[in-house]
Amino acid sequence: MLRLMLAIALGAFGLSPAIAEEVSHFTLANGLEAVVIEDHRAPVVVHMVWYKAGAADEPRGKSGIAHYLEHLMFKGTDDLAPGELSKTVAANGGSDNAFTSQDYTAYFQRIASDRLELVMKMEADRMRDLVLSEDDWQTERDVILEERAQRTDSNPQALFSEQKTAAQYLNHPYGTPVIGWRNEMMELTREDALWWYRRYYAPNNAVLVVAGDVTPAQVQALAETYYGPLEPSADLPPRKRVEEPQQLAERRVIFTDPRVAQPFVSRSYLAPERNPGDQAKAASLTVLAEVLGGNPATSVLGRKMVFGTGEAIYASAFYDGLSIDKTTFGLAVMPAADVTLDEAEAGLDEALIAFLSEGIDPAQFARIKTQIKAAQIYARDNTQGLAHRYGEALASGLTVADVQGWPEALMAVTEADVMTTAREVFDRRQAVTGYLDRPAAEEAQQ
Amino acid sequence: MIRFALALVCALTLALPARALDIRQVTSEGGLTAWLVEAHDIPFTALRISFRGGASLDAEGKRGATVLMTGLLEEGAGTMDSQTFAEAAEGLAAEFGFDVGDDTLDISARFLTENRAASVDLLREALVNPRFDEVAIDRVRAQVLSIIASDAQDPNSLAGERLSGLIYGAHPYGSSNNGTAASLKALTREDLFDAKARVMAKDRIVISAVGDITAAELGPLLDNLLGGLPDSGAPMPPKVTPAFDGSVSVVDYDSPQSVVVFGQAGLAMDDPDFFAAYLLNQIIGAGGFSSRLMDEVREKRGLTYGIYTYLVPKDLAEVWMGSFSASNEKVAEAIRIVKEEWTKAATGAVTEAELADAKTYLTGAYPLRFDGNGQIAEILVGMQLSGLPPEYIETRNAKVEAVTKDDITRLAKRILDANALSFVVAGKPVDLK
Repeated sequence: MLRLMLAIALGAFGLSPAIAEEVSHFTLANGLEAVVIEDHRAPVVVHMVWYKAGAADEPRGKSGIAHYLEHLMFKGTDDLAPGELSKTVAANGGSDNAFTSQDYTAYFQRIASDRLELVMKMEADRMRDLVLSEDDWQTERDVILEERAQRTDSNPQALFSEQKTAAQYLNHPYGTPVIGWRNEMMELTREDALWWYRRYYAPNNAVLVVAGDVTPAQVQALAETYYGPLEPSADLPPRKRVEEPQQLAERRVIFTDPRVAQPFVSRSYLAPERNPGDQAKAASLTVLAEVLGGNPATSVLGRKMVFGTGEAIYASAFYDGLSIDKTTFGLAVMPAADVTLDEAEAGLDEALIAFLSEGIDPAQFARIKTQIKAAQIYARDNTQGLAHRYGEALASGLTVADVQGWPEALMAVTEADVMTTAREVFDRRQAVTGYLDRPAAEEAQQ
Repeated sequence: MIRFALALVCALTLALPARALDIRQVTSEGGLTAWLVEAHDIPFTALRISFRGGASLDAEGKRGATVLMTGLLEEGAGTMDSQTFAEAAEGLAAEFGFDVGDDTLDISARFLTENRAASVDLLREALVNPRFDEVAIDRVRAQVLSIIASDAQDPNSLAGERLSGLIYGAHPYGSSNNGTAASLKALTREDLFDAKARVMAKDRIVISAVGDITAAELGPLLDNLLGGLPDSGAPMPPKVTPAFDGSVSVVDYDSPQSVVVFGQAGLAMDDPDFFAAYLLNQIIGAGGFSSRLMDEVREKRGLTYGIYTYLVPKDLAEVWMGSFSASNEKVAEAIRIVKEEWTKAATGAVTEAELADAKTYLTGAYPLRFDGNGQIAEILVGMQLSGLPPEYIETRNAKVEAVTKDDITRLAKRILDANALSFVVAGKPVDLK
C-alpha cells in the first residue's frame, strides 16, 4: 500500500505506556511540575519544558504571538547572546527545537546525558530573563512570515485546512491558525511578544519533562538548582477560553486552487476531548477512528470505498483526544479518477449509514485490541515519544494518572461504546464538510 | 561565554558508542549473512532488509515498474488477497514497511517475540510469493498516478525533478522513480514479476536484526524468509557523472513563494577527503543555526525560514546539494548570498572555532542516532551498503577529529566551484537574471 498523506500522521493510539515505576513526578516549591522517565539503554537524555500557553490563549487581533515568541526565545537573555543556546547545544552534539500548538508551547533538547546540566541551566535562564534587542525582532517577524509562506500560503491543502478549521469553530479560538493570520502577523511587535512572555513564562505555568539515562534524584537536584530560584508569576490568568456556543447549522467549505492535483473531500465533526479522570468517551472515539479509517485495507471505509465500490483511492478517519477544549473527529476521502467530489461525499455518507446499521465486525475489533496491546510494547522503544506524550498531556491539563490510565481506557472500550459514540458524534449540525478542488475549466480561463 | 567553556572541552572526550553495540555477523546455513545486535529488554525484534539497485533497475521503457511492484508486495501473496494479508498482519501486531529509492529497495519489519514465527511466515509470502493480482495492480497504480499528479503541482518535486533531469539526463537518476502517467499505464502484470526478479535477489541483499532474538534463532529465520528468492538479479546500472553548468533555471509555478534547489558535484564516501567535506558541509549549511548560510540568509536578513546543504553520495553518482524557500521578491537576493557564500567557502578558509564546533557537534550527535531498535537496524544496513566494517562505529569519530584546517582547504579548492553551482527555482521569482 502506498501511503497518501492527507492529514497529519498521528500515532494511532497515542499511547504512553511507560510502566509506573519508570516514571517519577514531583513539583518544586515555585510550582514547576516535573516528570522523569527513566530509560538507561543509552546515555542520551531529552529535556523538555512545556508552557501552558498556546495560540488559543492569544488575545483577539494578535494571532501568531505565541508562535512568534517561540521564535524570539532563541534571541538571548541577560546571560546568553542571540543564538547562543542553539549553538551551545549543537557544539555539544545535541539538537534543539521548539513547537507551538493551540494549547501549549514547548522547547526541547536532545543531548548526551552528561550534558543535562548544561541545557537545563540555559533553559532555566530563558524562562525569566529573555532579552529582545531592537533589531532582532523585526528580522524574526520576516522569518515567521516566510514560514507561513512556506507551510501555508504555498500549500493549497494547508490553506483549505485553515479555512475549514476557521469554519468549524463559531466562537472558540481553535478556529484561528496557530501561525496566525498574515495580516495580523505583520503587525506583531516586540512589545506584544514581551507582554506574552511576561504573562505566561513562569515556573508555575510550566511542565518539565526529562527522559532517558537519568535518575529522578539527579533531575530533582538539578531542577532545584536551576529552576528552583525562579520567581513564580503572581498573576497567572486562569486558563479559560470563550466557550463554543451550541452549533445548529452544518457548514460547507469549497476551496479551489489551480495548484490542486488530487481533489478530496473531508469532513470534521465537533467532538469531545480527553478530560482529567474522564477519558472513556475520548477512548471510544480513538477506537472508532481506527475501526472506520485506521488500516487502509481492513478498516470500514477502506473496505467499503477503496476495496468495495472502488470510488475512492484513499479513505481515512482520524481523531486525537489530546486537547483542552472541544476537538474534532475527521473523515477524508480521495475519489478515484472518474468520481466527482459530490459522488465521493455521497459514498462516504452511504458507508457511514451502513456502518451505523451493521455495527462492528468482531474479528476487526479483536485485532484492534491486539494492536493496542502491542503498541504498549513498541512504545517502550521510543523514549522521546514517551516524553512527548507526558509533556503534551500535562500541558493540556491531564495528570500523570490520566496518561498511565489511557491504555486501560482504550482496552475497556466495547463495541457497544463505539457504536453509541458514533451515533453521538456524527451530527451534521456540528460538522464542516470541505471540498478541495481544481477550478472548473471555464473559471480557470477567465 | 566563560560559563559554557568547560562543557565544550568535555565534549571532545565523549565516550563512544552511546550504546555498547555488540554486532555479530551471522551466516545462515543457506549462506545469507546478517548483522545482529541482541537486545532482550523489550520483547520484539526489528528487522531490516535492503536490496541494492532499487528503482534504478527499472528495465528499459518500464519506468515506474519497481515502485509499483514494491507497493504491491503487501497487496496479496500466496493464498491471501490484499485484505486477508492485512488482517493477518494486524492480528499478529506485526508491522511491515516496503519502500524503494534510487539505490535500494528496503523492507522493514518489527514483530513481537510471541508472534515471531507466524510474522516471518507472513512476510515471506510477501517477499517470495506476491500475487500481483490485476485488481490490486489497478488499485495501487491509481494511487501512484495520484502521486504523479500531485508531484506535478508540488514546487519541491518540480524543482528537484528539473534539477535531476538537467544533471543526470537519461540515466535513471534523471527521472522520477514513479515513472510517468504514460509509462505507468503501460505496465503489465508480467512487467511486475520481471521488476521483482531484477531487484529482489540474493546476490544484492543486505540484512540486519536488532532486538529480542539470538544468532541461533536468526539463521534459520533468514533461510525461511529469504531462501526462496532467486540467486541473482539484473546487472547494476552504470555510474553517471552529473553535469552542473552554473545555470539558474526557473520552473514557472504560480505561488507567492519559490522553492530553490541548488547543487554541484560531490564526492564518494571512500574519497580520502570525504570527512573534510562532511565537516565543511556542516559549517556551510548542515549545522542549522550554527551554519553560515542559515546565519546569512535567515538570521541576518530574514529571507527564508530555513536553508540547508547536504552531501549526497549515491551509489552511482555524488552530488553536493542545498535547498531553501523564499518569497518571490526575495529569491534573487537569497541566491546572490548563496553564491557569495559558496565563493567564500571555495577558498577553504574556516576558523578554528568553526572547525571545533563542527567536530564537537558531529562527534557528539553520532551516538544519539542509536536510540531505538529500528534505528539501529537501519544504521547497520546503511553501513553494510556503504561497505563499512562493524568497527566503523568505534573509529568513525576519530576520523572526524583527525580532519585539519589544511585538509578542508585542500578539499574545498579541489571540489567547491561557485561557477558550477546550479540553481533551479520553482515559483515566480522577481528580477532574477
